[in-house]
Amino acid sequence: MPLLHVDDVVVQFGGVTAVNHAQFEVEEGTITGLIGPNGAGKTTCFNVITGLQTPTSGKVLLDGRDITRMPVHRRSRRGIGRTFQRLEAFGSLTVADNVRTALDIHDGFSGIFRSANADIEHLLDRVGIAGYAQERADSVPTGVARLLELARALACDPRLLLLDEPSSGLDESETEAFGDLLKELASEGRTVLMVEHDMDLVMAVCDAIHVLDFGSIIAQGTPAEIRANKLVQKAYLGYADEADAADETKVMSL
Amino acid sequence: MGAFLSYTVIGIFTGAAYAIAASGLVLTYSTTRVFNIAHGAVGMVFAFLYWDFSVKQGLPVWLSLILVLGVCAPLTGVFIQRVITRGLGNAPVGASLVVTVAMTVMLIGIARQIWPPDARSLEQYFPDHLIHMGSVIVTWQQIITVVVSILVAAGLYVLLSRTRIGTAMRASVDNPDLLHLYGGRSDIVAALAWAVGTSLAALGGILLAPVIGLQYFDLTLLVISAYAAAMLGKLTNLPLTYVGAMGLGLGQSYIVGYLQYIPGHDKLTGLPAVMPALFLFAILVLLPQAPLRIGQVKGLVSAPVPTLGRSAVFGGGLIVVVILMAAGMADSDLLLVGTAATYGIVMLSLVLLTGYGGFVSLAQFTFAGVGAVAYAKLDQPNLFGLLVAVLISAAVGALVALPVLRLTGLYLALATMAFGLLMDKVVFTSSWAFEFNNPLNAKRLSIFGTHVNSIGNYTIMMTVFFVLISLVVVAVRRGPLGRILIATRDSQAACGTLGLDIRWVRVALFASSAGVAGLAGALLAGLRGTIVSNDFIFFNSLLLLVCVAIWGVTSVSGAAMGAIFLMLLNYLPGFLGKNESTQGLLFILLGAGAILIGRNPNGLMFWVFKIPSWIQGGLFPVLADRFPGMALKVRDFAGGDRDDEVIGEPGGAHAHRDEEEVDSDAVAAR
Repeated sequence: MPLLHVDDVVVQFGGVTAVNHAQFEVEEGTITGLIGPNGAGKTTCFNVITGLQTPTSGKVLLDGRDITRMPVHRRSRRGIGRTFQRLEAFGSLTVADNVRTALDIHDGFSGIFRSANADIEHLLDRVGIAGYAQERADSVPTGVARLLELARALACDPRLLLLDEPSSGLDESETEAFGDLLKELASEGRTVLMVEHDMDLVMAVCDAIHVLDFGSIIAQGTPAEIRANKLVQKAYLGYADEADAADETKVMSL
Repeated sequence: MGAFLSYTVIGIFTGAAYAIAASGLVLTYSTTRVFNIAHGAVGMVFAFLYWDFSVKQGLPVWLSLILVLGVCAPLTGVFIQRVITRGLGNAPVGASLVVTVAMTVMLIGIARQIWPPDARSLEQYFPDHLIHMGSVIVTWQQIITVVVSILVAAGLYVLLSRTRIGTAMRASVDNPDLLHLYGGRSDIVAALAWAVGTSLAALGGILLAPVIGLQYFDLTLLVISAYAAAMLGKLTNLPLTYVGAMGLGLGQSYIVGYLQYIPGHDKLTGLPAVMPALFLFAILVLLPQAPLRIGQVKGLVSAPVPTLGRSAVFGGGLIVVVILMAAGMADSDLLLVGTAATYGIVMLSLVLLTGYGGFVSLAQFTFAGVGAVAYAKLDQPNLFGLLVAVLISAAVGALVALPVLRLTGLYLALATMAFGLLMDKVVFTSSWAFEFNNPLNAKRLSIFGTHVNSIGNYTIMMTVFFVLISLVVVAVRRGPLGRILIATRDSQAACGTLGLDIRWVRVALFASSAGVAGLAGALLAGLRGTIVSNDFIFFNSLLLLVCVAIWGVTSVSGAAMGAIFLMLLNYLPGFLGKNESTQGLLFILLGAGAILIGRNPNGLMFWVFKIPSWIQGGLFPVLADRFPGMALKVRDFAGGDRDDEVIGEPGGAHAHRDEEEVDSDAVAAR
């Protein structure tokens, strides 16, 4: 049984259909990529999975259990963690206190008398931003803030981690280190679902890829299969051959 | 049957007037995302102005109407948008509430200043011509109001759906940044919306003034009905707003008409007056769950948080000062000091709720009133009685927050407003509380058997309470709870995805805050010995909010300064010879001050807290040159060990980030 099953989800905003009968599964312990052009409905999918957006129709199943109507915080307690495309770091707090707050929330009353400093240091170190610990979260560079969101999500020990464009704002070597970190997380048994535009990173780390376009899944498979898929090349990656290039204007006008 | 038809006619008339006022509110809110608490006050001022033109100066009615609705009101609207509310739509909802509450206070002050209290009346249109429709008598005023409301509806429909600027208005609701990118002038759209909205507020005020009377407060609070109606359309849907207004008008009229047939009606005389508040509550309960906000509020610059040790030193100092005052001051003056302590404690409850949590309560004095009544009625003048009074206030606070659990901060603030009015009109005047402003007696507190009888000792005790609660508030801010509160303020969505149930945080916060306010009320009851419902009227809560906003709602020091300020404000008119006009002037100054300062939640204390860094930056190098040893001490003192970051300009730190995100916004909106 897959860990996550997005079942025929439709999300409409007024007359606009952001997600159109999307259907995909994420297997436990894998890194899965969710790719597609801007506006394809990737972030909306994330919002539906985490509970920030109620779908117009369709279901979300975690471990085979329907969580479509479950409030956000209870999904988190069931092991769903996420980062955001538009940053949601606690800007008034320091980087360390962002993680501390996550630990406080996660541990509840049991953690009140425990010093969390070692855990915070470990988490910040792990994502590679320990040097920023005492800076205010709204003053650090975008890339650091994204990694902070990852550290904060990890503080809640999630089984399923949703990462929304985690590598944007990272340079080449940082992206490489980040890819290693993702593999490490997967080897711990965590499942990662990631929206990402850096195709090199996606192709290097993902076990499976789902391609979303205009709210629908147009292809799914291994990185090699996706790379070879003509539909995907047309919609997103580039063009298969000269003949397809003639469609350029048509695609652009969409 | 005849009676029923008469009530229906009255109901339609009232509903039509509500609809006019409400549509103005919807227009300004939906285009600029600023909820204008002062909408009713605007209508009130222009009703007075219309009276001035048409009655006092004797201008013809048509000319007065053109001057007020076509010139003065739109210009005022544009002025308000350009100068007062611009940019508030993107600010936290607390900022726009504080600024528009300040505007309300200022407008009431302006009205009092220009038109001092006096008997005035506006005549209905064509009072001598009544229309008999069968058994029902209809006045021209009623017909005009209904026709005007239909014209307004039609006009708004044409404006919004058939004109380019109307399309731009609707676009600006969705994404002003994007509108800007496509060459739309969102500032012109906003100015137009405020011009039309203000005219509609004025029109509503003018049409209702002959029926309600030219009263500062009655006309201002009329807006509650408009809120309730607008709420049915979730503040954005005009047709539903009209439906809500009609429903409310009719319901109110039938209740007034048929109240006498309801058993026990003699106890419900206040009911018609609070219908809008009840209606508002009912709609708030019925509104669907609001989604958690994503990407709206960014980090705020908060006031520095002193260490507990430092706070204790300051608190001790404050107590010593009050002890010295108690030794040398007359009882009447000490009463003022005690009152300031009461205000201080109520303001501390706002530091917790608004400063740390980001929620606004518009009825904090009402919770103090609950505490006071509970304390007096319990007649247990000891710590147990005090505790019970606090718990009762906290429970009432939770009850107010529960129905709006699912909604955003704006609705919570409106719920407190409805609650404040409800308590004013029904509960505090009922037989089991004050019974129409009868004084209620309360005894002074005794602590573990020791009676605190003299007013001096009682004032010292109240100061001790203030200091203790301050220490608790500072401790909360420094601890995990404080961090979680700041985190909820910064990003609700992130808190949710980390596993926090924000709804219960909100209820707990609201209950604690109401409990603290209740404590203040109970202590005040003991101090005064007698209390009346007027001590806790709704308007005082607005004054309190404005005062604490001026001094800074994010710090304990802000609460202390705000309390002294509010006490002086009540004291000053008496000092200057009980002159009515000084009160109007004070309201104007107070409102203007809060409009200027209220946007920055750190208030005046923002500048006060900067003094140490000025000393360090400017004075310190000079001192270090001349007296090396002493300068080191200055640095230690000034630098202190505040744990918070350096204070910067609000919004400065993340301004560049917003710019970066415009692009992704535009793309995401595809």
